[in-house]
Amino acid sequence: MKVIVPVKRVVDSNIKPLVKSDGSGIEINGVKMSMNPFDETAVEEAVQLKEKNIVTEIIVISIGEIKCQDILRTAMAMGADRGILVTTDQAVESLSVAKILKHFVEKEKPDFVLMGKQASDDDMNATGQILAAKLGWAQGTFISKLELSEGKAKVTREIDDGQEILELTLPAVLTTDLRLNEPRYASLPNIMKARKKPLETVALTDLGIDLKNSLEIVSIKEFSSSRESIIVDSVDALLDKLKNEAKVI
Amino acid sequence: MTVLVLLSYEKGNYIRPITRSAITAATKLGDVHVLLAGKDLGDLAQKASALSGVKKVLIADHEAYAHMLAEPTADLIESLADSYDTIIVPANAEGKDILPRVAGLLDIQPVSDIVEIIDTNTFVRPIYAGSILATVKTHDNKKLLSVRGTAFAPTAEEGGSAEIEKLTHFSGSEKTLSKFCELKISQSDRPELESARVVISGGRGMQSSDNFVLIEKVADQLNAAIGASRAAVDAGFINNDCQVGQTGKIVAPELYIAVGISGAIQHLAGIKESKVIVAINKDPDAPIFKASNYGIVGDLFEILPQLEEKLGALK
Repeated sequence: MKVIVPVKRVVDSNIKPLVKSDGSGIEINGVKMSMNPFDETAVEEAVQLKEKNIVTEIIVISIGEIKCQDILRTAMAMGADRGILVTTDQAVESLSVAKILKHFVEKEKPDFVLMGKQASDDDMNATGQILAAKLGWAQGTFISKLELSEGKAKVTREIDDGQEILELTLPAVLTTDLRLNEPRYASLPNIMKARKKPLETVALTDLGIDLKNSLEIVSIKEFSSSRESIIVDSVDALLDKLKNEAKVI
Repeated sequence: MTVLVLLSYEKGNYIRPITRSAITAATKLGDVHVLLAGKDLGDLAQKASALSGVKKVLIADHEAYAHMLAEPTADLIESLADSYDTIIVPANAEGKDILPRVAGLLDIQPVSDIVEIIDTNTFVRPIYAGSILATVKTHDNKKLLSVRGTAFAPTAEEGGSAEIEKLTHFSGSEKTLSKFCELKISQSDRPELESARVVISGGRGMQSSDNFVLIEKVADQLNAAIGASRAAVDAGFINNDCQVGQTGKIVAPELYIAVGISGAIQHLAGIKESKVIVAINKDPDAPIFKASNYGIVGDLFEILPQLEEKLGALK
């Protein structure tokens, strides 16, 4: 089976994001950028499936500035076979990303698309489902377990009160929950090998896809906790505060 | 302006509180119609009709929607979309699965997880695991929104008398792209995490699954739901569905007690709308303290039994 895994370059999710001094966006200058952790889970799953000889080819795709090459190389060091980078300086929304991905799905004809359920920067949780709709494919979202067989994918989905198991007809779009696996660190020899794997770069403007952004960012601000952080020295003192000050017990 | 809200319910005929929160948000944007899709709906139509603020209940009673699978349900919503300016779903697993698919069908950029409505086109939503709040304006003519339950008070379960209309055209009902196999519901006698008045969560500091009994004893005294940090879930101390945080459940109880939880950004994102947060941790520098109203620095294995005993004595 052939799989496409889209990956997004984001501010490293372990770093606290800061708003630029002019309030126009998030500061990314000098900030560590990494692969979206949800996409990392998708890459790992694809690589594990290749190791089990279920998947034969893994194509990773990213959209953004030329620096996105670094996460494509990381994905190839983890085990992906080749990369495609669609270059653009513009921010692209989920709807546009889905349209770009559809272009490559139609060209490459994978058996399924495996991707993070959301990106850790905008947390929109939409691209996979939009792509599935645009392709008219089945969708399996927020999956924590994947079993593939001839023409079918059995997925376990993480839902509000437990888990739901669905059987999807392939081709399908699958989006990953972090519980699916524990992504590996690429070894040095594999990082070296990944440098020789094919990476195709194409400008978004050359694809001839009509895109427009619908969402305008009016303002952004850091969430600030206004809590007082009163440290008490005993359980009695705590219960007194909860009962007489906060009045929650 | 008319708004369509997808009704999220549990088998056993219980309308989820997050649906009622979504209806509260919808009433700020126009007249509210709700869509009840499923099979064997029992008295859900009557319950939906009684919800305060609802003008009309649309019923799609068909086997195809029995498990609210995204493919047929999105087709159904798309077939109704012409009559609505805004379509809203609760931002739970179901809504998040279905709404972007509707967006793909209608070629509209959805707006996920809104926590505030500024005007009919402008909304506030958390990004970066809740550490940043973005105010976004949509330029699409039709708006597709998912609503964060903790951000809007649930509308009253009574007081409405909405008209009930049974749909006869079941768009997408022939779809066989996906098939429901099984639902594994986690059983618990405790209140649900998302709607509990008190939540007590354990983290890596609990050290083992067995030690969660200390949390359970305190939870018994407070009729609290039990949660956990991702670290505790990953360590195998407790089930996945107890996870609180960006990748787990978003909670907003009156009282949240974090025990042995350091306070990673992802965890704080899931608890920040709680009214009062209490931290119990042996590390005085743990970030959780800065995000708390009250804290005790100390050994949780001494503090939890005391808490249990003294809460018992308060009764």
